[in-house]
Amino acid sequence: MIVAKIVGTVVATRKDERLVSTKLLIARPVDPHGKPEGNYLVAVDTVDAGFGETVLIVSGSSARMASGMKDCPVDAAIVGIIDTIQVRDIET
Amino acid sequence: MNLARVIGEVVSTVKDPNLVGTKLLVLQPIAASGEDTGRTLVALDSVGAGVGEQVFFVRGREAAFPFYPAEPPTDASIVGIVDHWDMGSDLDFPFREK
Repeated sequence: MIVAKIVGTVVATRKDERLVSTKLLIARPVDPHGKPEGNYLVAVDTVDAGFGETVLIVSGSSARMASGMKDCPVDAAIVGIIDTIQVRDIET
Repeated sequence: MNLARVIGEVVSTVKDPNLVGTKLLVLQPIAASGEDTGRTLVALDSVGAGVGEQVFFVRGREAAFPFYPAEPPTDASIVGIVDHWDMGSDLDFPFREK
């Protein structure tokens, strides 16, 4: 799973029927210190995340195990909103 | 499966119902030489690992298997704590990273 920050929303009228009424968000992966890294990605939101929040994204076929995503054409799903990350490298 | 160091913990209140009660740890993958390699990631813990330990983890759809019959939405899970590992003395071992 990767840590990412929500930086935008996606609106799509024509889409796969199994994606109807899902919320699509644009996320930017970040490292545990909050520094952006890698490419932006579009993820399906299953936990009511919002703009600016730090979230947990599961990718690949495992994304279909997120609640309500069974048999959906999805390879990235937001499965948690992160409150805090404690990294030992920072504290010491 | 990959070797990694556990470097941190993640706290999340709002999460997928199937993730409730699980432990989320931040991993830094390491090479056979012990050096950091690649990006950090968050993995689900199935063996009771903690910060500072060396572990190995599995990626992909199989990451949910240690929690069977539950099916948590995870693409990375810690499946073992490493006591120690040995490498052959030949430093030019072809599969050795770096």
